[in-house]
Amino acid sequence: MRYLLVEDNQELADSVVNRLMLDGHAVDHAATLAQARDCLAAASYDLILLDVMLPDGDGRSFLQSSRAQLETPVIVLTARSNVSDRVGALDQGADDYITKPFDFAELEARCRAVIRRRGGAARNEFRLGTAVFDPLAGTLVNQGTTMDLRNREIRLLEVFARHPGRILSKSHLMDRLFSYDAEVTENAIEVYVGRLRRRIEGTGVRIETVRGLGYRLESDPA
Amino acid sequence: MRVQGSIGRRLTLLLAGVAALLSVVSWGMVTGFARQAAERTQDNVLAASATSIADTLRTEQGEVRLELPYAAFSMLGAISQERVFYKVTANGELLTGYDDLPAPPGAPQVHRTGDGAVFQTDRYRGSDVRLASVTRLVLVGADPVAVTVTMAQTRDGVAQIAGELSSLAALLSIAFFVVAVLLSAFAVRASLAPLNDVALAVSRRGPSDLRPLRRAAPAELEPLLRALNRLMDRLGQSIRRSEDFIAEAAHRVRTPLATVRTQAEIALRSVSDEDEKHRLRRIIRAVDESSRSAGQLLDHATVAYRTEHLAQDRLDLAELATATLESVKPTAAMKDISFILHAAPARVAGDAVLLDTALRNVLDNAVKYSPDETDIQVVVSSANGFARIEVCDNGPGFGAASARHLTRRFQRGDNAQGIVGSGLGLTIAKDVLTAHHGTLELGNARNGRGACVSLVLPLA
Repeated sequence: MRYLLVEDNQELADSVVNRLMLDGHAVDHAATLAQARDCLAAASYDLILLDVMLPDGDGRSFLQSSRAQLETPVIVLTARSNVSDRVGALDQGADDYITKPFDFAELEARCRAVIRRRGGAARNEFRLGTAVFDPLAGTLVNQGTTMDLRNREIRLLEVFARHPGRILSKSHLMDRLFSYDAEVTENAIEVYVGRLRRRIEGTGVRIETVRGLGYRLESDPA
Repeated sequence: MRVQGSIGRRLTLLLAGVAALLSVVSWGMVTGFARQAAERTQDNVLAASATSIADTLRTEQGEVRLELPYAAFSMLGAISQERVFYKVTANGELLTGYDDLPAPPGAPQVHRTGDGAVFQTDRYRGSDVRLASVTRLVLVGADPVAVTVTMAQTRDGVAQIAGELSSLAALLSIAFFVVAVLLSAFAVRASLAPLNDVALAVSRRGPSDLRPLRRAAPAELEPLLRALNRLMDRLGQSIRRSEDFIAEAAHRVRTPLATVRTQAEIALRSVSDEDEKHRLRRIIRAVDESSRSAGQLLDHATVAYRTEHLAQDRLDLAELATATLESVKPTAAMKDISFILHAAPARVAGDAVLLDTALRNVLDNAVKYSPDETDIQVVVSSANGFARIEVCDNGPGFGAASARHLTRRFQRGDNAQGIVGSGLGLTIAKDVLTAHHGTLELGNARNGRGACVSLVLPLA
């Protein structure tokens, strides 16, 4: 999927871009509204992440003025957090908003929810052995039977599906799966991995434990 | 001059006072004239009576003779049941009548013809009497003799007539007074009406309507209107300034926090040492906590400000709850928590932004304290004139003693260990509901598992 990030804080922008690319998305970064207009003229995006305070104007007025010709869903990034500001952003045509500083897991969840609500976005499906995994719909279809996965199972399977054959450490998975607002032990990862193993039984792929290092998605030996 | 009290009442009182003074003065004057008129009538009748007796004086065989004509007494009887006395003296010697009747003062004044009566008032036999004396010269032989005829009448009748006229005058004065007071009250009301119009026009306005007041007003009200408009202008500016300030403060606090969090996340990905990772996670948790606290403090400030200028939009709580739920869903999904919503329409009047903030805080709390992969029940209902949004989770519930204290600022429950929060969420919700004449009810689910928070407010 292709994202446009409009954000003037370079560090925050770099970090968001990194994180989204890690998830396998393409991201263009615009530091000003002028750059954002150029990007929108040159390419089409699945989602726009728009900061409200930019050096050359207010993101909300940009949103209001360009909403008519813009089909792309927009999530507003705001540090203002004024209760009426939040409602204002939605009134001006944003699909959702997130207040800075945000949890990437929450940003991901909101992006997913907005794209799912708007529909229309390009499907990015993964083939896992005999099964087809659609992270957006949250389904795993294996030989005609459809399984609905829970949110964390989807995210965990997505990480494995993007990096087949690579060893993924428990702590890496933990940071992808849980926000930091609660203490989580590595046991929790074991629980989710165990659950995911049962989900993908009979698809021809499995999750191997690599002792002392983590987990790895592998195809069953033929 | 006093500044308290009502201008209308003061004006009415002033006008009533003037009317009362006028009534009393006119009553006094009418009474005086009536008494004078009655007295003058009595004098005329007494004089006529005395004259008619004096006219019968003649001399026969060297003696003064007179008659007491019937008419002389009957005309006196006309006034009322008065007692009549008379006395005729010749050179001071009694000819006939009551000897002890007081004599006219001074030397007798002789008049040949006409009335020429001398009047006086005196006390006689226990009553006030009016006396009229007429003196004529009668020739007895060659000597002129001064004969004085004195007629006297008690004054009871005169007093009675004067009294009757006086009470009639009093009645008229009271009627005048009543009419004058009514008219002045009406006049005061009519002339103060433009003032009330202005007051009504201001009080009918919505809380955020600070446009200048433009309306035709009497010249006396122009300075007031101008001052009012200047005040509204200043108020509008101060509101905009404080809203901008709150937003700007949020921005200033959160932007550096976002940078810290970002750097910590980047560091977290690049280090492999578990202890360092643990430390970095704690940094991120602390950043989240401060960001959340800053957000809630600013929300609290905004809520405190907005509740003082409460909007009265017509809302359906079911729609509001559906929309608010939609925006909390992604955060709940991160913990695989689902919402189960049962919503029946419930119309209320209030501030949509504030009610959304209150519900969002309650839902955030429910999500925070719920274990992973549980449900949160949200029921919107209305009964007995109240609308209710009930949010029940499957978390640890409220500790027995703590429910009461939780809506105080910065108080957190016994079960809050290990969860990021500032303790302002329920305070914000409670403040919003109090401003809407509602309540925030905290309790545990009937089955004993989980907390139930209800937002209760009157139906519109």
